[in-house]
Amino acid sequence: MNVPLIVFFALALIAVLGAISLILQKHPIHSALSLIVVMVALAGLYLLMGAEFVAAVQIIVYGGAIMVLFVFVIMLLNAGAEERTSFSSLARFAGLPLAIALMGCLAAAVAGSSDRVQVTAQAGAVAPTKALSAQLFQEFVYPFELTSFLILVAIIGAMVLAQRERKESHL
Amino acid sequence: MIDSLTQFLNEHWDVIISLVKIALLVFIVLTVNAYLTWFERKVVAHMQSRWGPHRVGPHGLLQPLADGAKFLLKEDPTPAGVDKFTYYLAPLMALALALTSIAIIPFGPDPVVVFGHKIYLGIVDLNIGLLALFAITALSVYGVALAGWSSNSKYPLLGGLRSSAQMVSYELALTMSVVGVLLMAGSFSLRDIVNVQALHADRGIFAWNIFPQILGFLCFFIAAVAETNRVPFDLPEAESELVAGFHTEYSSFKFAMFFIAEYTSMITVSALCAIMFFGGWLSPFPTTWTVTHYLPSLILIPFGLWVIWDGIRYETIFGRIILPGVGTVITLIGAVLIALPVVNEFIQGPFWLLSKIFVFLFVYVWMRGTLPRFRYDQLMSFGWKLLLPVSLANVVITATIIMLRGH
Repeated sequence: MNVPLIVFFALALIAVLGAISLILQKHPIHSALSLIVVMVALAGLYLLMGAEFVAAVQIIVYGGAIMVLFVFVIMLLNAGAEERTSFSSLARFAGLPLAIALMGCLAAAVAGSSDRVQVTAQAGAVAPTKALSAQLFQEFVYPFELTSFLILVAIIGAMVLAQRERKESHL
Repeated sequence: MIDSLTQFLNEHWDVIISLVKIALLVFIVLTVNAYLTWFERKVVAHMQSRWGPHRVGPHGLLQPLADGAKFLLKEDPTPAGVDKFTYYLAPLMALALALTSIAIIPFGPDPVVVFGHKIYLGIVDLNIGLLALFAITALSVYGVALAGWSSNSKYPLLGGLRSSAQMVSYELALTMSVVGVLLMAGSFSLRDIVNVQALHADRGIFAWNIFPQILGFLCFFIAAVAETNRVPFDLPEAESELVAGFHTEYSSFKFAMFFIAEYTSMITVSALCAIMFFGGWLSPFPTTWTVTHYLPSLILIPFGLWVIWDGIRYETIFGRIILPGVGTVITLIGAVLIALPVVNEFIQGPFWLLSKIFVFLFVYVWMRGTLPRFRYDQLMSFGWKLLLPVSLANVVITATIIMLRGH
């Protein structure tokens, strides 16, 4: 049994268990913690595939910054444990079949792809950060800049909305 | 029997060495942490015209042992209404992440050769070393935030909230401030960052990154102090407002874990400052000055002699025995270094790195003894309106100069 495959399945199991726990936990903080576990497990999977830069950024951005904001908001609002209502009938009758259908589609797509799916890095396939940044800033520079611009617009939009609310409350 | 043992050792050499190194590093770091508390109390006390700890052992040197015993033996009550899982997880997370981050620091240039195997100082040598460190820092905020939330108490909750807001604000400046160094080195590996500074080792101190990256260093150090929740950025535990902030409801060894985590991250930040901006294990003197290689002995021997001289006049009998003994050991180490040039050459790197780390730890303590705490709005406007723009400007300036020089 080769070690990378064992590590892959261990990380995959952790990620899936984290995701299930995210849904089943009653308290928002516990759900947020489960989501952090999922993020870190995903970073481990990236690392296993040799994408070390992406793995580190995954933890810094998703595991760190974004989830800290989640936790901060939950703490600030002092949200208590959620109350379970009886499931809506739509979720009961349509949810499970749709979920199974989605899983089936994904499984078929993965199984039917002509390339064999690689879960671990092939020898010499480790993507150095240099190559990644060269791709990002040379070949894909326009989509990259466009995305940055989009994010900037979103930031300014959020600021404008927050400011408008404040002005109205002063009136 | 012997054959199978040697075969086993040869096959699993890497794993065994890593485990030994980890155990050794954890032991050293915990000991250094304990004596760092003694050092801090002594220095702050002398700054305020007090004696500091001096009852337990000569010059209070056994105070850390007494503190440790107290932490272990104290009652450890769990307050009512806490979120048990998170309450126990928070100190564990804080300590584990702090200790993990120190594993990435390389402590010297040359490997020790044992039975033909090279052993590098430092546990792992990642080629994304700096990024990995930032990833660990990004996660370490949860220790403080969750401790504050899970305690089910007002003051810790406020401390936890402050901490998460502060960490998010200063992490940006922290990350941007090192981009200049990364641009100059062209690598995330801490070893490469030092090696680039070693290219002009004949210039000694003037080859270090601190001169071109003075802005980056100031931003990095300020942001790093804020990330480690130390004075003047210790708002999460501001004792005059929040009792003890996020760790109010923790006692005994769970409190000690937060304490150890804080001191360990102080060591990590000091090591990072030394490696990225102050040449790491490089000597401040040009490489041609071989005389400076005797500097460790020149410091150790007089210091050892002073400890002996101070010890024989000490008030208590215990001190009159212990202090001269310690002084003799220090003097002997200095003498051995002169007698064995090979050992002396080898310890040059670690000697300079540890000296620089020590200087930064002193700066930490110095700031604690000198500066008042920031007000919350000052903290936020300082981080967002000054630190972040300055570190961004540093990136632009560095990139422009590198481009103009045509590297």
